[in-house]
This record gives sequence, C-alpha cells and structure tokens, in this order.
Amino acid sequence: MKNDAGKWEKFFKWINGETTLDSVILAKSRRKRFLKRKLRQQKAQIMANKLKRSKRKIENVICLIVAAIFIGILLYTASGLPICGRWENPANNEVTKRYIEKGVEETGAVNLVSGMILDYRAFDTFGESCVLFTAVICVAILLKRDKNNTDITEDTETAEDDAISNADGNLILKLSAKIVTPFILLYGIYVILNGHLSPGGGFSGGAIIGAGLILYTTAFGQESTRRFFTYETFKKISSGCLLVYCFSKGYSFFTGGNHLESMIPLGKPGNILSGGLILPLNICVGIIVACTMYGIYSFFTKGDI
Amino acid sequence: MLKFLTENHYEAGAIILFGIGFLNLLLQDNLIKKFIGLNIMDTAVYLFLVAQGYIVGHTAPIAQAGEAALATKFVNPIPSGLVLTGIVVSVSVTAFSLALVLRLYKKYKTLSLDAVLELLKEDKEDESNP
Amino acid sequence: MNLILNIPFFSIFLAMFGGIVTVLIKKGDNARRLHMTITSITAVLSFILLLYTYYGRQRFTFMMGHFPAPWGNELKAGPLEAMFALLFSVVMFLSIGGGKLLIKKDVLPEKQGFYFIIMNMIFGSMLALIYTNDLFTAYVFIEINTICSCALIMAKDSGNSIIATIHYLIMSLLGSGFILFSIALLYSITGQLLMPQLKESVTLLLQSGRYNFQLTIIVALFTIGIAIKSALFPFHTMLPGAYDSANTSSSAVLSGLVLKSYIILLIKVYYCVFTIDMIRSMRISNLLFFLGLCGMVAGSLMALKERRIKRELAYSSVAQIGYIYMGIGLGSDLGIEAAVLHIIAHALAKSLLFIVVGRMKDVSLSQDYNHCLKCAAHKDPVAGIGFLVGTFSIIGVPLFAGFASKLYLSIASFISPVKMAAALIIIAASMILNAMYFIPPTVDIWSPVHVGDGNYGPRAKMSKSFVMACVAFIAINFFVGINYKYIVHIVELGIQLMG
Repeated sequence: MKNDAGKWEKFFKWINGETTLDSVILAKSRRKRFLKRKLRQQKAQIMANKLKRSKRKIENVICLIVAAIFIGILLYTASGLPICGRWENPANNEVTKRYIEKGVEETGAVNLVSGMILDYRAFDTFGESCVLFTAVICVAILLKRDKNNTDITEDTETAEDDAISNADGNLILKLSAKIVTPFILLYGIYVILNGHLSPGGGFSGGAIIGAGLILYTTAFGQESTRRFFTYETFKKISSGCLLVYCFSKGYSFFTGGNHLESMIPLGKPGNILSGGLILPLNICVGIIVACTMYGIYSFFTKGDI
Repeated sequence: MLKFLTENHYEAGAIILFGIGFLNLLLQDNLIKKFIGLNIMDTAVYLFLVAQGYIVGHTAPIAQAGEAALATKFVNPIPSGLVLTGIVVSVSVTAFSLALVLRLYKKYKTLSLDAVLELLKEDKEDESNP
Repeated sequence: MNLILNIPFFSIFLAMFGGIVTVLIKKGDNARRLHMTITSITAVLSFILLLYTYYGRQRFTFMMGHFPAPWGNELKAGPLEAMFALLFSVVMFLSIGGGKLLIKKDVLPEKQGFYFIIMNMIFGSMLALIYTNDLFTAYVFIEINTICSCALIMAKDSGNSIIATIHYLIMSLLGSGFILFSIALLYSITGQLLMPQLKESVTLLLQSGRYNFQLTIIVALFTIGIAIKSALFPFHTMLPGAYDSANTSSSAVLSGLVLKSYIILLIKVYYCVFTIDMIRSMRISNLLFFLGLCGMVAGSLMALKERRIKRELAYSSVAQIGYIYMGIGLGSDLGIEAAVLHIIAHALAKSLLFIVVGRMKDVSLSQDYNHCLKCAAHKDPVAGIGFLVGTFSIIGVPLFAGFASKLYLSIASFISPVKMAAALIIIAASMILNAMYFIPPTVDIWSPVHVGDGNYGPRAKMSKSFVMACVAFIAINFFVGINYKYIVHIVELGIQLMG
C-alpha cells in the first residue's frame, strides 16, 4: 500500500512539473551514483564552511573597503574627463576626420567601421582572429576526449540522458528548428556578404551562422550535424580560412610597408564586389567565427565535434 | 562630482559596473560567478570606450549614396571598431576559463573554490604522509 | 626596397603562420620540427636586423598597411628590439630542444600538435609585443599571451594543475582588465592610439597642466596591470603553483620569456608614450623601487622555506623580477639599462635551470616528494654542471651572465644617496640568500646514493637533444658573462634611440 501511495505521489509531482521523468523511470544505480557525488560535495562544503566562517567575514569587509576606495578613485578621475557627446572632445580629431571623409575612396567600403577594422587597422583584426583561434585550440586541449578526462560513470549518465531525450520525441523543437534554421543561416550569410555596405560584417554574421548550427544540433542531435561537419572539416576550414587571411593581409602589409602599389582593385563603392580585400576577409572571418562558436559548443557538451 | 554622475552617466555607469564586476571576482565563492565577474569588468570597459565615440545629434558612420561623407554628420567610428575587437577577445577568454571550470568540476565534483582548496589540502597531506 | 626592413613583420607572420599550419600536422614530431625551424629562422633574421640597426644607428618604422601613423598600424624596430627578438628566439629554441623528451612524456600523443600550436602563437605574440608601435595592438597580443600561457601550464594535466591554472588565469585577466582601462582613459583624453602621437599629446597636456590627476591614474593603472601580470612582489602568488605543475619546457618559456615580454612593453611605453622624467615626477618609480626591494628579499626568504625544487625556482624568479623592477624604479636611463641586462641574464639562467631540473627529476633515483633530485648529477653529469652554471649566474659570480647586471644595478643606484644605500644593502643580502637557498639542491644532486655493488648505478641513457641544449646554454652564459661590454653598448644605443 505504501508503495502505491509513493508512486501516485511521484505521478502527481511529475504532472505538476516538480520532478523529471528520469527520476521516475531510472534505475537505482543512477540514484546511488548521484547520492555518492552529493555526499562528497556536502562533506567538502561542510569542511570549508566550518573553518572559514569568521575568517570569511573579515575578508569580505576588507574586500568591500578596497573595492570602494578603488571605485571612488576611478570615479574622481573620470569626473575630470571631457563631457560625453561633445563635438570638441579630443577623441574627434584628424584621425576621425580622415576615416570618415576619405574612408569610402581609400578603402572602398561604405560601412566606415568595416573599412577601418579591415583596412586601416587590419593588424588588430588579425590579432583578434588569432585570439579566437587560440581559444578554440585551448578549449580543445582541455575538453577533447582523451584518457585523462573521460569518466565511465559520466559517459553512462550522458548516454542515459540522450536515450531519454530521444525517447521523448522533441517534436516541437524539431519541427520549429527545421523551419527556422535555413532562415537563420541565410540571414547570417547576408550579414557577412553585406558587411562593407551596411551594419554587420564577418564577426556578427559568423556568430549568427554559429547560432543556427547550434540550434540544429540541439534539435537533431550531434549525429546529424556530424554528417557534414566533422573534426577534420573543422580543422581544414579553420586553418584554410586563417591562412587565406594571413596571406592576403601579409600581401597588403608587405606592399604597404615597402611603399609598393597594391594590385587589388577597389571597385565601385556600393556594389557587393567592392572594397578590395574586405569582402574575402569578411567571408574568411565569418566562417572562422561560425566554426569556432559551434566548436566551443560541441567541446562543452560532448567533448568532440 | 554629482554633475559628472548626471552628465557623463555612461562613464559613471561603466565605472560602477567595473566595481560590481570586481566585487564579484573577489567575494563570490562559486567559480563560474567569479569568471562572470571578470566578464562584467571587461564589458564595463567596453561601455566606457564606446561612450567616448558618441557625438550628440550625429548618426551611424555608414556613408549614404550620393551624399558627401562629412565628419559633422557621423559618430566617431574608432571606438566602435576597438570594442568590436574587444568583445571577441572577451568571449574567447570567457570560453577558455569556463572550459577550465568544467575540467575542475569533472575532477572535484564541486564548483566552490573553498571546497576545492580544502580537498587539495587533504590530497597534499595524503601525498606527503604515505 | 630594403628587404631587411621587412624582418619584424616577417618574423611575426612566420610564427603565426606556423601556429595555423600546425593544426593540419598529424604527428607531434613534425609539429616540433616545424616550430624549431621557425625559431631558428627568426633567430638568424633577428641577428641580421641587430647588425643592421646597431651599425646603422637607426630605429625605423614599418607601416602595416598603406597608411602611416596615426591612421594605420605600425611596427618600430631598433637595436634593443632586435636584441630582444634574438634572445627570445634562441631561448625558445633551446628550451624546446632541451625539453624534447619530457614533452613526449608529459603531453598525450594526440595533444602534442596542440602544444606546439600554442608555442608558435606565444612566440608570435611576444614578437608582436616587442615590435609594436600601437597600444591597442599591444592589448590584443597581451590577451593571446595570457590564453597561451595558461594553456601551457595546463598541458601537463597533472594533479593540481587545474587549480594552479585557474589561479594564474584570474590574476592575469585582472591585470589585462587594468591595462585595458588605462588605454581607454588615455584614449578619452588624447584621442590617439599610436605611440608617437600619444607622446606629443601627453607632453602638451602636461605642459597645460589640465589632466594631471588623470595622467597619474593612467600611468598607475597601466603599471599595476603589468606588475600583476609579471608577478611583482605582492602579486606573485600565482607563480609557484603554476611552475610546479607545468611541463619543463613550459616553465622555462614562461619564467624566462613570458614574464619579461610584459616588462619590455612597460619599458617601451615608459619611453615612447610617457617620458622617464614624467614617471619620476609622479613618484611611480619610487613605488616600483620599493616593491622591487621587497620582492628581492621576500622571494629569497620564501625560497629558503621550500623543499620542492620547482617551487624554489619559482620563488627565485620572483626575487629576480624584483631586481628588474628595482632597476626600473631608479628612474634613470642607467637604471633601465641595468634592468634590461638583468632581463637578458635571467632569461638565459632560469631557462637553463628549468631544463636541467626537469632532466634531473627524470633520471634521479629517488622518487621522494621532497628529495626528488638525490644523486641526479651522477646519473647525468652534463645536467649537474648545467645546474652549477645556472646557479652561479643567478647568484652573480663574475664570468657568468648574472654578474654584469648586478654590477650595473649597483652603479645605477648612485643616483641618490637613499636609493644607493637601500639598493646596495639589499643586493648584498639577496646575493647571500640566493647562495643559501641553492645549497641544499646542490648538495642533493651531488650526494651519493649507493646502489647494490657500491656504485651509483648505470648512467642515464644520454639524450642528445638535452646535451646539445645544455651545452649551448652554458656557452651563451659564459659568452654574455665575459663579453658584457658589447651587450651594454647595444642596450645603451637602443635606449638612446627610443627616448
């Protein structure tokens, strides 16, 4: 009788959304593992709390005072700065004037910010792409599955999670992802290609495409994305695009530094095929950012692309 | 100083946000919240930088066809470009730090810095007294 | 078209290209060979650049793009920058060569390619920090440095490397945050990002006296940011854990080169944006002098307490960074020259020590937690001699590289009586403390442990790469120690051309 009452309780809890399906269905072993992990966490927490209660209070007060003094000094410093939004500020000087007035004819881009980051100050953007690439390589070093960071218990738990979510159907998510993802990818491609004509550019477009890929993977599982995007593809695309970036910017810096003429035509401002190297660079950057976003997501969830 | 807080409210807000991020970094015990505090600090600096570019009454720096691009019509494009670079750098750094926290969690099964240091101390004592 | 002028741009791009291409390389050995080829090519090119700029007595600008400053990026190279590039390439080449076997042992085979990507990237970003003429570019490459140095610590994947990496990352990111904030404040009062224009603006602002408080805070924030990243005294807590749990080559590169790249950027900004007189008048140099002195003493005292050799070397690094900041804190050209000499000496000595210690831990008989080096020198005599050479260089014995820097530090301190007294006393005390904490490890490595039939057991299998790297390091240490006058001339000319 008591068992029946327990089952009815669980059923009502599930209807009310207070508990998940797996705790109703799942075997005792999962609950045992969960409890063991919780026990170790609690033990560690109790030890930490016991020893540090009073010491932490003093530390907190000191931190608060130090931070307050620091922010006070910074506020006093900033109060002497030029007033925001004024035309006479030092930030609006001959540099800005030339970027705005000669930007279209010297870089060929209608979007002056794109022209600035991909032509005038292109070395910064190169460094930034390298930061992104380095970050995804470092995440791969940390999270890519190898014999040090795989755990049999976690693997079985993840497999059980997958089985549950597949059994569930996820019909709404799958149907809406099927409809929306093509539009997201199309919008991302539009933003990349129009980076030099309207607000946007490689970074924003790449992030949009990455978001589309992540939505597709969440809805349909990593197996379906692995049909066209594997770890080998990721390696080849990222390094290929970065190499194209490296060589084209290397050519541009080499001709510029040695006062040679650059042979790249600038085209008519306002067309898609204009801006010299800006369009290919935007495409390269967009692809790199998309691969990076998706790569970081898959390393975090599954440990492999 | 009060005049500053009302006129330059972007810069003031940015500095207060920097302070909030700094306090999060110092006071939080949960590692994820510490790194979010670092992220907030970086975001605050980008807000400060972008506010330097704004000019009252001017529009976004996208040249319109047929009209001359004059510096009196457009906002300063330099801070926008710098912040674009900065945001990407901030995202990369946050991704790397959260990957580290994930590895830590897999090993020690806890996100609290104090608890991890306690477990470390235990392990060190076990190691030196076999 | 002078091809030599392209050397700075070419070195940076070669290193970045190497990093990107290494993704496609499957075997770890080929990745290592590519990296060592890149560093050796850069070493040769930097030597050519050094000869060109020293005998031509010039410091030239290379436009990155078709627009000059202030509209486009620039690189600037003179004798000092060329010498740093040469030092960094040589030390990196020898550190990877000397630690070759240990990299194969510590890093998983499928992750070795990644390790060399990170090494290429950190090499490229350090070169960019040496040659850059723009503050925001410097910030972007500082962030590459930060991410790569944490990945280097994490590559070994040993016991507590994760928590050490997290500690290192948090401190580094805090430093970067302060540096970025100071760049933003500087932009808001000058509107410039490239160093020549910044210097003009700052000089005008100082004369008008309008933003004096803001300029002081900017210099202070920038200095504190770089001090946190290069582990100056109160901010040094991240080093011991990090160097203890990192791979040998990683520790050698991190301790010898990465910490110094930030200090080089600080010196460049002090000369090319603010002026040394301005720094001195703001009393920031006094603060650096004081913290440097504290670091020298505190680092040596804490090293005395340690029994694990890698943690001892980390605290020794803290003390040596204290020497460098003491030199900068003297606030004169001579002080900065002494600091630069010490950067060179420490890079050579500390990297040698880390390589040697890694090899000795590998071959020693004892696996004891605290005495892991017992009898190591009898197993590998080259390592034992290397350890002696490195130790003498750090202590400052004449004929070794460390002697010249301490001599010039003492001479540079004559600028004021108070500073002279403090500097001479602390240098002397620190030399004695250095000798004291190196005695236990030296005794350990030469102490005999008899195995079986009364001998020390068979010699460890000779590692050609380690022997060549160690002998090269020893030779360079002696060369710099004996011919320090040439190096001093180069440094003097370099600093003269910068200011």
